Amino acid sequence: MSAHIVPVKNYIAVFAALMVLTVATYEVAKIDLGGFNLVVALAIAITKATLVILIFMHVKYSTTLTKAVVASGFFFFLVMIFFTMNDLMTRGWSGVPGR
Amino acid sequence: MWLFLVTEVMFFGGMFMAYIAYRHAYPHVFAEASQRLNINLGLTNTIVLICSSLTMAMAVHSAALGKKNLIILFLILTLLLGGVFLGIKSIEYHDKYVNHEIPGHDFQFEGPDAQHASLYFALYFGLTGLHATHMIVGAVILIILIVQTAKNKYSAAWHTPIEMFGLYWHFVDIVWIFLFPLLYLIDPRKLL
Repeated sequence: MSAHIVPVKNYIAVFAALMVLTVATYEVAKIDLGGFNLVVALAIAITKATLVILIFMHVKYSTTLTKAVVASGFFFFLVMIFFTMNDLMTRGWSGVPGR
Repeated sequence: MWLFLVTEVMFFGGMFMAYIAYRHAYPHVFAEASQRLNINLGLTNTIVLICSSLTMAMAVHSAALGKKNLIILFLILTLLLGGVFLGIKSIEYHDKYVNHEIPGHDFQFEGPDAQHASLYFALYFGLTGLHATHMIVGAVILIILIVQTAKNKYSAAWHTPIEMFGLYWHFVDIVWIFLFPLLYLIDPRKLL
């Protein structure tokens, strides 16, 4: 594996950012934004996950192959969500029962 | 290791997909049922897991520098924080048991749509249960790593198992990063 040594201060900075974002997601949930509550919560969660993946999991310092594997994993998860919801949300449009 | 984690993304992904589909279908009863969770315990567990991710990152860092005592210290801290998480989780599960909120013949829910509230709790137990199982597996591997480090198995030149386990532990943390807002913060009316 990579011999790249990340300075400790980077880990501390990511840790502090994760803490701030955790409090932020908790506080913002108290405000009624309608449908945007979910959008904000997911945006914060994705930001936190990205920080963990890039710094704690060293993907930022890894080879292109590793980056491609990581990206493909999440890409195909999104593909699954997209096509499942594509099906669920368009049922009944054709007016034919069972289609 | 990353290939394994990609399979894990799909393992959890299937359950997240079920959650998305049913929350989309029954948004109101999901919001209602989510209020039964203890947000403070969920928030505490989120913070505990982030701390354990930091100590795990520091353990890998110490391993890269070949500092044996620091590796053991940080691995033990990670194990302790993992134990705190599981302890709090078990308190939450016990509350659900006492309040008849475990899906099954004993399930009780006051509301117009108890059937789909039960669905929410089934997904809650499925997702958090799968996550907690990963934590328990992680704790066992942590103990093994601590023993092996104490026996001088790892050095700055070779510490791949510690590095691989770090990836696994961070992945489990990421799963919780998504579970906390999706399960606990759907509709935190009681915070107001």
